[in-house]
Amino acid sequence: METLLTIILGFMIIGAIYALHAKDLLSAVIAQGIVGYGLVICFLHLSAPDLAIVQIVVETITLIIMVAVVLDSSREEIKSPPSWRSTINVVVGLVFIGFMLYFFDMATASLEPFGEHTLRMSQTYTQQGAAQTGAANLVTGVLWDFRAYDTLGEATILFTAALGVLTVLRMKGKK
Amino acid sequence: MKGLTPIVKKIAQLMCGMIFIYGIYIVVHGHLTPGGAFAGGIILAGAFILLILAFGSEVIKLRKEESGSSVSESLSLLVTLILASTGLLIGSKVFFKNFLPPGQIGQLVSAGAIPLYNILIGIEVAAAIITIFLALIIFKEEEEQR
Repeated sequence: METLLTIILGFMIIGAIYALHAKDLLSAVIAQGIVGYGLVICFLHLSAPDLAIVQIVVETITLIIMVAVVLDSSREEIKSPPSWRSTINVVVGLVFIGFMLYFFDMATASLEPFGEHTLRMSQTYTQQGAAQTGAANLVTGVLWDFRAYDTLGEATILFTAALGVLTVLRMKGKK
Repeated sequence: MKGLTPIVKKIAQLMCGMIFIYGIYIVVHGHLTPGGAFAGGIILAGAFILLILAFGSEVIKLRKEESGSSVSESLSLLVTLILASTGLLIGSKVFFKNFLPPGQIGQLVSAGAIPLYNILIGIEVAAAIITIFLALIIFKEEEEQR
């Protein structure tokens, strides 16, 4: 399973890099779709159908909206000549990536090996979740019972996003 | 916004009902099968987006739909909060307390208040996605009119 995941992750990385460098914005958007749909296959192979359904649906809707936006624009990326400031940005980014990798390595050293990640907390969820919540689908039981605050936060974020889009587009329309 | 060709219109007519029913199924069976409020809500929004893209509409009509969708979005989130606060008032004082009886595992009506939360958040997600989509379309149409 790990080799398959590695192959799919390789494809996703190639797609992401291509999306950065593509001249035509439409092909960049399509290449970004590779990342999303590759993630769907990863979720399915890690036996997480809930996440896979959400990811495939969100990816499709996002792709439709992005394609509509790109078709309506000039479709070409505006290139600006490199300056000293961009060099500083690249250096800062590389230093930041180095720091992140260092601390990530430190953090993952204490975790269980890949595939054996049943922690103490999730053991309780998997053993008693169905009896305590009464939901046959454990994911929904966790989402709306044990972690209901998180889910309320997610719903509020979506609400705020819609509010923000309405506000920003109204402001621009009035000018 | 102009509509598309008759072939696309016919296919959209045939498909969107099925997509809508599938979305309702995903939302209502959220506590039994994979899926749930977020996935089902976006499928519901997808049915509407398919119809709007295929048939097109006038700005005035779109604006009416937009106000309706934003109202239903806010209302469903409000009802969710009221339902969550009801758990605070009944029995043990816990916000988001599952105060309804859990019932038998595997039945459609089971798991206490979880299906209600699923349905409400499904409506909220669908309405939010439609609102964002409609706001973008209306913005573009207004740009073109000027």
